[in-house]
Amino acid sequence: MNFFKQGDFYIMANIISDETIEYVGILAKLELSEDEKEQAKKDMGSMLDYIDKLGELDTSGVEPMSHVFPVNNIFREDVVTNGDDSRNILSNAPEEKDGSFVVPKTFD
Amino acid sequence: MSLMGLTAVELGKKIKSKEVSVNEAAEAALDGIKNVDGTINSYVTVLSEEDIKKRAEEVQKGIEKGVYTGPLAGVPVAIKDNMCTEGILTTCSSKILGNFVPTYTAEAVVNLIKAGAVIIGKTNMDEFAMGSTTETSYYGATKNPWNTEHVPGGSSGGSCAAVAAEECSYALGSDTGGSIRQPSSFCGVTGIKPTYGTVSRYGLIAYGSSLDQIGPVAKDVTDCAAILEAIASYDPKDSTSVKREDYNFTSALKDNIKGMRIGLPKEYFGEGLDEEVKAAIFKAVDVLKQKGAEVSEFSLGLVEYAIPAYYVIASAEASSNLARFDGVKYGYRCDNYNGLHNMLKKTRSEGFGAEVKRRIMLGSFVLSSGYYDAYYIKALRTKALIKQEFDKAFENYDVIIAPASPSTAPKLGDSLSDPIKMYLGDIYTISANLAGLPGITVPCGTDSKGLPIGLQMLGNCFEEKKIIQTAYAYEQSREYVHCSICK
Repeated sequence: MNFFKQGDFYIMANIISDETIEYVGILAKLELSEDEKEQAKKDMGSMLDYIDKLGELDTSGVEPMSHVFPVNNIFREDVVTNGDDSRNILSNAPEEKDGSFVVPKTFD
Repeated sequence: MSLMGLTAVELGKKIKSKEVSVNEAAEAALDGIKNVDGTINSYVTVLSEEDIKKRAEEVQKGIEKGVYTGPLAGVPVAIKDNMCTEGILTTCSSKILGNFVPTYTAEAVVNLIKAGAVIIGKTNMDEFAMGSTTETSYYGATKNPWNTEHVPGGSSGGSCAAVAAEECSYALGSDTGGSIRQPSSFCGVTGIKPTYGTVSRYGLIAYGSSLDQIGPVAKDVTDCAAILEAIASYDPKDSTSVKREDYNFTSALKDNIKGMRIGLPKEYFGEGLDEEVKAAIFKAVDVLKQKGAEVSEFSLGLVEYAIPAYYVIASAEASSNLARFDGVKYGYRCDNYNGLHNMLKKTRSEGFGAEVKRRIMLGSFVLSSGYYDAYYIKALRTKALIKQEFDKAFENYDVIIAPASPSTAPKLGDSLSDPIKMYLGDIYTISANLAGLPGITVPCGTDSKGLPIGLQMLGNCFEEKKIIQTAYAYEQSREYVHCSICK
């Protein structure tokens, strides 16, 4: 990833390195084939070049808006309202045993 | 004409007056599917005739006993396959959910069931709603019923094609960046994306949570208003659900728009817009003027920043939302693996398609340490500025008119080769999601290839009634055109 910082925004030239793709793959929990990696480098580079357009905008002093309306945390009493649905829920499990989900061994 | 050629409200009336039974209506939908779905591929799952018949009989009794009294009682509906339906396969058109049978039903669908709806099946879509053509589905592309060499649009392409091809009476779709409005335009049907928070997202498999809204797809504005009235509700199970004062959307179905202030953003009619689409929209605008609307042009700022901001925000939210698909509790799990992490990685890599992986990768990147401020926060600041632009516009206008898409439906295979080109096609629809605005698309003609053109109207937040009223008034000037495949 090569950024040339100039003033407040970045100029294009998003060359995605092998290391970046590896790192993003770890974050995204995706295992890409060599071909997929090459494609991902190209796609992500061109997307970021395009997204860098946002750098033209002066957004200083603008509050980031995650929601269009003011939203607050909505609390409720800590009372169970749904029934025990574990049987049905487990019926979707790839593997189950004794009322639990089975996963591969996580540590030795 | 098949019973599926009627509007939902017309069919509901015939059911109420006992001219048609609920079962006959459901059978007409199944006949439609038998006739055309081998070609169109609107559905991922069609319920068994037995289950449909059972439900139809139950609703018939309910109508007779006065349990179901609304306009949609007994009318067959198709549901986009990203809404959970208890006991019915819900795939999101992905391999990773290829065997997922939810244990609960999405609130919007619960509301329809309470209104006496008969669910026929689940409709095809772009995988996890990521796409504009319904070609990224793991279960094969849906074809445009007007011309099967063309795409139906997306991501609610299955829902819109099913309505156009008369394989159901109406459908539910979802809209994150135009996914109801654009395919409605491509398929010559009507669709509404409501104000954010109007329809509960509980049970809607999330793509971009701050942008997603469920909405109706149908043959006309009257249907859409009636459906929206049925599905909209305040739901404590969705923490972004809004308690609205007025859910009476059908009261806006009035052929009177005298004095309605309509704005045409210059930026939406410039470079990149197909001339035939432009001409059709201006012709529709003339109809509105003749009916007494006050129309003028204005300049809407920041239009070119909407797509980059959207793809940062939507991808970021997608990367987080789709982290839950890991082969542990439900869905696909890969066959051979070496330990937990390898199982998670392999499951996801085999279970997701290319476009979904592309967006998860981009989303993970823009949220990663070092880039979070430069991309994600920057996009959220841009969103705030875009919202301000619309706030300013709605000080002067009741309704903003725009195309739904720069062109009519492209040919199958033309869009996927160049993702950025596909993303640019969302230019007229995406801002409404960023700003939370309601929007409606109504058909307004066809191009020289015979493909439908859609007219989009945007309203200020919570002002669905104004766009419904304007769209209804416009609709009175033209007949609904049935596509040739169902004639």
